[in-house]
Amino acid sequence: MSALLDIQNVTRRYPRPRQRLLHRPEPLVALDNASLTLNAGETYGIVGESGSGKTTLARLVMGFEAPDNGRVLLGGEDLHALPEHILRQRRQTFQMVFQDPFGSLDPRRPVGWSVGQPLRATGQQPAPAQIAQTFERVGLSASDAERYPHEFSGGQRQRIAIARAIITKPRLLVADEAVSALDVSVRAQILNLLLDLQDEFGLAMLFVTHDLAVVANLCDHLLVLRNGRTVEQGPAQAILTNPQTDYTTMLLDAARVTPAGHSAPARTTT
Amino acid sequence: MIRRAPVNLWIGGALVAMMTAIALLSLVWTPYDHTLLDIPAKFAAPSAEHWLGTDQLGRDVVSLLMAASVNSLTVAFVAVGLGGAIGTLLGLAASAWGGWVEAIVMRLVDLGFAFPALLFAIMLAAAFGPSLSNAILAIAFINIPVFARVARGAANQIWTRDFVLAGQAAGMGRAALTRDHILPNIAAPIIVQATIEFAVAILAEAALSYLGLGAQPPMPSWGRMLSEAQTLMYLAPELAIYPGLCIILAVLGFGLLGDGLRDVTDPRLARTRA
Repeated sequence: MSALLDIQNVTRRYPRPRQRLLHRPEPLVALDNASLTLNAGETYGIVGESGSGKTTLARLVMGFEAPDNGRVLLGGEDLHALPEHILRQRRQTFQMVFQDPFGSLDPRRPVGWSVGQPLRATGQQPAPAQIAQTFERVGLSASDAERYPHEFSGGQRQRIAIARAIITKPRLLVADEAVSALDVSVRAQILNLLLDLQDEFGLAMLFVTHDLAVVANLCDHLLVLRNGRTVEQGPAQAILTNPQTDYTTMLLDAARVTPAGHSAPARTTT
Repeated sequence: MIRRAPVNLWIGGALVAMMTAIALLSLVWTPYDHTLLDIPAKFAAPSAEHWLGTDQLGRDVVSLLMAASVNSLTVAFVAVGLGGAIGTLLGLAASAWGGWVEAIVMRLVDLGFAFPALLFAIMLAAAFGPSLSNAILAIAFINIPVFARVARGAANQIWTRDFVLAGQAAGMGRAALTRDHILPNIAAPIIVQATIEFAVAILAEAALSYLGLGAQPPMPSWGRMLSEAQTLMYLAPELAIYPGLCIILAVLGFGLLGDGLRDVTDPRLARTRA
């Protein structure tokens, strides 16, 4: 039995604009030879600062763009080798929660419409009962489905985004900075919701974040990225308690440091 | 966010509402039949019977102007609707598929912009004979590139939004994403552009009719009234002034309305303007 998600040596380069007419600049290597395997029910944390390539990795896994080298295997299938119509059917099995809860819902659609979208995309007519059930599962009320995104707070919108991501009962959930835009107290609620859902569905989660404090108690494995390169990788506990590189130590310190005049950052509990 | 409607919106809206009301009224009632000739009463001065007098054939000027407003509005509506729909679809397709689709569409659009509209209308008239429907086709054609550019620009912005990515992650194709997310979210700039193009279309119709390439007799048209009055400029200058004023007010009305709508729907532009 192969792993649910198997990322094999993916590299992604972005061409840079020409500065001089006859000189083609070296492409920007956003992600360099990254690999990981993720099994059902496990959580993999992708950690790094801005520009480290963590979002590129998430976009590759979601099939929004293709790697220049390497493969992304989902359930044994090479995601980027699938024909378009097959890939679109497979999308039910891997879903994503975006960073910005204000941007990830169409402002012109009732949120119930957005939540039903993954079903509608494959030609199913989402039953109102199913939408209502999903809303209640993420801690909202069934009547919220008729309302529009601007009527909700950031935390509620992230719950709606999670409802959209789980309505097809996916096997993999990619969370790209899914709690970064939220208040600390709301952040803990959303993290708890994600963990509950993971237990319930046996979800595998790819958790992309810049904040080690968020993933500390959440992840089974960690991949630490810097400038697209893998800095450290392995069991989360080992890395957190015994970081091997200055970079990881720095990220750990950043997560622990309490700036003067601010209250201590809440460590998330599971 | 609802802000106080700007003054150009009010003035433009009032002018457009007035013009529309007059055009609708003329469908059921005009002071006289605008085709009714009354040669003995030609060049009558404004009076209680003929509010703005009569023309060289004794026709009632008010009735002519009213009937011509229907023509102007219909031509503008059909031409902008047709050109706007085709242009918007092309722009949406260019934005959705990119690559060679976008390259071909946008180069054709450049070609459309490079082509003088009146010249194209004259060419159509030369090939198929002068008629109102050819004038409509010509005006529709010059609208296609305008809407294609506006639609593509607005759509490109929407494509970068997370909710479109979420739709893609949900398994929707480009056509479905365009239908469900892109089109509803670019409706505002398209409507604004359509209002402004209405003004341009009314002007274009008047110009084509003036040249004899638009409305054919006996269909009344402001542009043709102008050209007929031109030969009588020294005898009865007011006959040229009335349709001229109508054209100015109609174009001004739609122009101001479009401007005002843009200020209301796009706060960024409103701020730079102030």
